[in-house]
Amino acid sequence: MSYLSDIGALTRKDLLLELRAKETVPAMLLFVLAALTIFHFVTPTGGERTATLGLLWTAIIFTALLGLTRAFVPEREQGLMDALVLAPCDRSAIWVAKSLAVLAFLGLAEAIALPAFALFFSGIGWRTVAAVALADVGICAVGTLTGAMAVAGRARELILPLLFLPLAIPVVVGGVGASAADHGGKYLAFLVLYDAAFGLLAWASFEYVVSET
Amino acid sequence: MSPSEKYTAAAYLVVFVGVLAYVLIIAAKLQRLQREVADILERVRERDRG
Amino acid sequence: MKAIRLPQLAAAATVALGVSIALIFFYAPIDGDQGLSQKIFYFHVPIALTAYACFAWGAWKALLHLWKRPEGADLESYVAIHMGVIFGSLTLLTGSIWAKISWGVWWAWSDNQLVLFLVLFLFYCAYFMLRYSVDPGPARANMCAVYALFGVVLIPVSFLAIRLSRSFIHPVVFTSHGPQMTGSQFFVFCVALVGMLTLFAALYQIELAGKRLDAHLRELRELLA
Repeated sequence: MSYLSDIGALTRKDLLLELRAKETVPAMLLFVLAALTIFHFVTPTGGERTATLGLLWTAIIFTALLGLTRAFVPEREQGLMDALVLAPCDRSAIWVAKSLAVLAFLGLAEAIALPAFALFFSGIGWRTVAAVALADVGICAVGTLTGAMAVAGRARELILPLLFLPLAIPVVVGGVGASAADHGGKYLAFLVLYDAAFGLLAWASFEYVVSET
Repeated sequence: MSPSEKYTAAAYLVVFVGVLAYVLIIAAKLQRLQREVADILERVRERDRG
Repeated sequence: MKAIRLPQLAAAATVALGVSIALIFFYAPIDGDQGLSQKIFYFHVPIALTAYACFAWGAWKALLHLWKRPEGADLESYVAIHMGVIFGSLTLLTGSIWAKISWGVWWAWSDNQLVLFLVLFLFYCAYFMLRYSVDPGPARANMCAVYALFGVVLIPVSFLAIRLSRSFIHPVVFTSHGPQMTGSQFFVFCVALVGMLTLFAALYQIELAGKRLDAHLRELRELLA
């Protein structure tokens, strides 16, 4: 069970760092609220429900991107990445821990964003919340992996959106569909499929992303 | 030619031009490689002489 | 694989494509509904299928690279994906022309395949951005291999997503990409498909040969310097 304790230790490290620095989550919160405000000004009056829900998902994706860009900063700035990779833990544990941490940050931001959206625009049902939860898993799984890739190169913050956004397109489709469409259940199922497929792939391939050989 | 014929021709032309452009790029690359090989050959000859 | 003779492969591609063009214009019957413009389909779909083949081949080489680590697998994966982007661009271009004929617009979100190729195009262009932002070496090879594997999983997932999105984004407009083909049409289609795949194989080997030459020359330079 040392795998799980490794994950626990690493996740706790990331959460503690954020608790002390208080940088990422407040920024994500403010960003999502600012984005929702901007969206108010770009939607025509009596906007269609699907359109406004689409804006919610846009806000979520870009807020997640903001959080992900910050995700590997501690590792990069203090050269921790090499130390982590040398540590006697399964490399995939690093991925799980980092994903969990980003998931926590994103969840916190959304805990404010969803009520704000309900306030600014229209109410949201349980299907939307379920979709957001499922989508978060996929976003963090894929985002953490691409974040590690981006950090290894030169143009870090520039390249992360390019790597992440095409992969996020199915998530947006699943999310908006689950929120807006009539038979939302199949979109939730699709999100589960996405999470399973990409989660598994990311978990299996993370060690190759960070290894030097 | 009717418009539909023009568009069909355009589609095939696009593919044709695309592939030919590729041939052009490869030809340029081949020329560069030839120059480099000649250059290296010169160096090896100089090394053998000297 | 090493025994593949490049000139023979190129000759095979020329013959296959030449034959298919002849068949397309002289043998295949003119479609009752769409007329001559339906003939674009004989190139557009084989190019699209070949692009999928390129990405699949690239992913296979990537998997090999991570799994068994043979010498040139990373380069082969890269070249295959490069070819895939080229064929993908051609798919987008020919598909756009087809859309212009069929529906009068240069872009049609209702065409599933076109939208899928747009997503894949974005994804694989990011592959090149990734490749050029990291210094050459085993780290880059590993990362690109992982990314190529993600791409190949993205293809079916995206296709499913696009299909699902149709029901709440656009009214379902049925695009007929010739599923009801007559026997002779199907035959011509198959010949064109074989031609495109052979073209991919030939171009792939050519580009690989060029890149390997580059690497050898670099090594020679270093040995001499």
